[in-house]
Amino acid sequence: MKEKLVVIGNGMSGLRTVEDILDIVDNKYDITIFGEEPYVNYNRIMLSYILSKEKSFEDTIINHQQWYDENNITLHKGDKVINIDKNSKIITSESGKKTPYDKLLIATGSKPFIPNTFGSNLKNVIAFRTKFDVDTIIDTIDKTKAAVVVGGGLLGLEAAYGIAMHGVKTILVHRSGSILSQQLDSTGGRLLQKNLESYGIEFKLNTTVTEILGDGEVEKVNFSDGTLVDSNIVVFATGIIPNTDLAQEAELSCKKGILVDDYLKTSDDSIFAIGECVEHNGNTYGLVAPLYEQAKVLAKKLAGKETEAYVGSTLSTRLKISGVDLFSAGDYMGDETTEELILLDEKVGVYKKLVIYDDKIIGIVLYGDTMDASWYLKMLKDGTDIKELRTKILFGKMALGDSGHGGDDVNSISDDEEICGCNGITKGEVVCAIKEKDLKTLGEVKKCTKAGASCGSCSGLVEQILVNTLGDEYQVKEEGICDCCDVGHKKIKECIDTNEFKTVYEVFNKLDWKTEDGCVKCRPAINYYLLVKYNDDKYKNDKRSALVNDRMSANIQKDGTYSVVPRIWGGLTSPKELKDIANIAVKYDVPTVKFTGGQRLDMLGVKKEQLEPMWKDLNDCGFVTGQAYAKGLRTVKTCVGKQWCRFGTQDSMQMGVDIEKLTWGSWTPHKYKIAVSGCPRNCAEATIKDFGIIAVDSGWELHVAGNGGIKVRVTDFLCKVETDAEVFEYTKAFMQFYREDAYYLERTAHWVERVGLEYVKNVILDKDKRAYYEKRFEESQKSAQKDEWAQNIENGFTKEFNPIVISTSESPSYEAKEV
Amino acid sequence: MENWIKVTEVENIPSMGSRKVLIDEHEIAIFKTRDGSIFAIENECPHKQGKLSEGLVHGHKVTCPLHNWNIDLENGDAIGEEVTCAITYDTMVEKDILFIKV
Repeated sequence: MKEKLVVIGNGMSGLRTVEDILDIVDNKYDITIFGEEPYVNYNRIMLSYILSKEKSFEDTIINHQQWYDENNITLHKGDKVINIDKNSKIITSESGKKTPYDKLLIATGSKPFIPNTFGSNLKNVIAFRTKFDVDTIIDTIDKTKAAVVVGGGLLGLEAAYGIAMHGVKTILVHRSGSILSQQLDSTGGRLLQKNLESYGIEFKLNTTVTEILGDGEVEKVNFSDGTLVDSNIVVFATGIIPNTDLAQEAELSCKKGILVDDYLKTSDDSIFAIGECVEHNGNTYGLVAPLYEQAKVLAKKLAGKETEAYVGSTLSTRLKISGVDLFSAGDYMGDETTEELILLDEKVGVYKKLVIYDDKIIGIVLYGDTMDASWYLKMLKDGTDIKELRTKILFGKMALGDSGHGGDDVNSISDDEEICGCNGITKGEVVCAIKEKDLKTLGEVKKCTKAGASCGSCSGLVEQILVNTLGDEYQVKEEGICDCCDVGHKKIKECIDTNEFKTVYEVFNKLDWKTEDGCVKCRPAINYYLLVKYNDDKYKNDKRSALVNDRMSANIQKDGTYSVVPRIWGGLTSPKELKDIANIAVKYDVPTVKFTGGQRLDMLGVKKEQLEPMWKDLNDCGFVTGQAYAKGLRTVKTCVGKQWCRFGTQDSMQMGVDIEKLTWGSWTPHKYKIAVSGCPRNCAEATIKDFGIIAVDSGWELHVAGNGGIKVRVTDFLCKVETDAEVFEYTKAFMQFYREDAYYLERTAHWVERVGLEYVKNVILDKDKRAYYEKRFEESQKSAQKDEWAQNIENGFTKEFNPIVISTSESPSYEAKEV
Repeated sequence: MENWIKVTEVENIPSMGSRKVLIDEHEIAIFKTRDGSIFAIENECPHKQGKLSEGLVHGHKVTCPLHNWNIDLENGDAIGEEVTCAITYDTMVEKDILFIKV
């Protein structure tokens, strides 16, 4: 028989937990939910938008009755639970229902805190917490009278803005000298206040309400600055207190909130609590993101899965007022031990402050320009070392020379503008999907809209749209690398490093994959990680787990034909080689022959069944595969250099050939391009390559992590060396470190941006570590430097390249014949 | 007219891979999944006509090599897409010989 799960509270945290449980197991529990309010589950955060008339109540509903029905959940709305009998495990509701439970979840949220004020018992003195409050405000406000909002926090400002939008004179009273002091420093507060005044809100700072006067209902309000105002409504947004009434009566341990452990369990083993009503590790939370993080942990716990403990949340805030861009997170005030990076332009209305401690971001305030909010927040959460970024970081990610992470200002993009070029998805479509389908994570948006699901270069943009659309509801989290799993690259790599596996499927088993065979995203990744660990000689590269080009050792074209690129070392060829290629191109009637950007000859339009004989002919002429398809070394591009060029300082052609002989055949997380320039004029464009080698008079400069793709990224300077031998040493070490450290399909540019250049330098510039990786590179190259063309023919793989041809006219018996 | 046509020995279809079959001018991709099941489907993705025979096989699905659409090998559905599906064909194995019904 199914266990009975009873949820007290039909709000955001309780329901999110139920949703998350259903995602994991759908038949473990009989679920019953009690809600005090007479509605289905709605998004309380959106109340501000209902007040400002930007949304209807219908827009804010998260789960309709149909959802409860479909999931066999019994909902008792408008029926408050009044007693928990934890000994006999029964709860009693106001209507007299007695409901037994096996597991009980308390999600009673919080109550508004209204300070004891003369007249606060009058009619129309209300809080701003429920749909009922919003209805009261809308029904009461009157253009001939002022509305008074008490409290200059998030909720108070949103209430004041919503009321002002109705054309009603709105007075906001705030006890301290700066609004939003919980989220913002005084400079940010001042800018925000100036902006809000333009909406017609009058601010009374350092002021309190001394008396509310009236006969039964609000008529006048007296302030501590001595003024008296005609008013018919006073909205208190002066904070919340966890609603622990029920829990206290049931004698569960409570302090500020209901005390819970790292798995959201209360002092009773069968009773859990979540959301604004709980206290974890001394903290209570009043924002939605932490609730969702708690829900994730609790859902797994209740579903009977292993889960990491809840460790508390980093708070970040956005103000939901149209036209006001504000974001803050972490310790935004700082103290004497911290530093501040500040950018302030009062005229334009832009203010950015990063609080830095030990070269890491610990606090963020953004006003007027929040486009980099998610970037900063990620660095804050990851504890990224920002030493190298210091001088540029305030100008945003774009100023860094972004390399495919997006970086356009999402606010300046119109709704009909395309953001995902691969799938033709506009910004408007993404925003619409987020709102209508209640999407919360990048993964959900990708799945639902396809935006960012292909090449991924717009992921950053999509993420920004999410942040802007959802505000503090947005959750940054490590997502599973695909729908087949809940683990990210980091966990997968750790697992592979610490266990022994023979196949990708054994890894799937170990990590609780949801699918038997994985998918196009995860299987190639796992195959790669196994290859890195074991090298080709100990782990057989699983061709069936490789993407088409890697599997076929050729590049697929739109019509299903392939392109063939022979290796031309360092871009240096000879008349004989060119003649051989020409003869072969003629022999196979190759439709297009083209020079590539990497100084190779590309033969395009080759039929699959032509690959084998063509490869054989090329092998016979001394060519090996150019690996134009590989997640590995592609090409080493060179300029003419000292041999001929009057400016050349070193022999770049020879260096290019040597480097290519050294690195060919290797495989890496993503494609890997090298260039060698013979002088700082850099004709080989080495500064947009994964590894760039530039000759100077006294030796060679080494540059890393450049990218010439969708977003150009100029390389970072790694170091200068004097001898050719050193160039080889660094080339090998860097490539191996990248191979082992980066995530699958992460280019060097993205990798270095993620881990920081300092991290890379710490390894590569350290003599011992460099030697370690150099040695490992040499080891892995032993089994990697084998021509894939020859191997494919030798091991019989090419046999399946031939089509099975059946001719119905020639073969009346319909017998197939192999060609 | 529908006919069972003899194609090849089942062992000639690589596991988790495919073979392209040309029946006159008609191109069909034949797949063998990890559980040994055989599927035959029009060798053309309903999206941009990618050759499904070149795709990565997982479960009873193949991912098109061009733009990663997932096609259900059982019924030709483009999973999660709002387009008509690819045509599938019945297959039959008798004494290790594969037949296809066209």
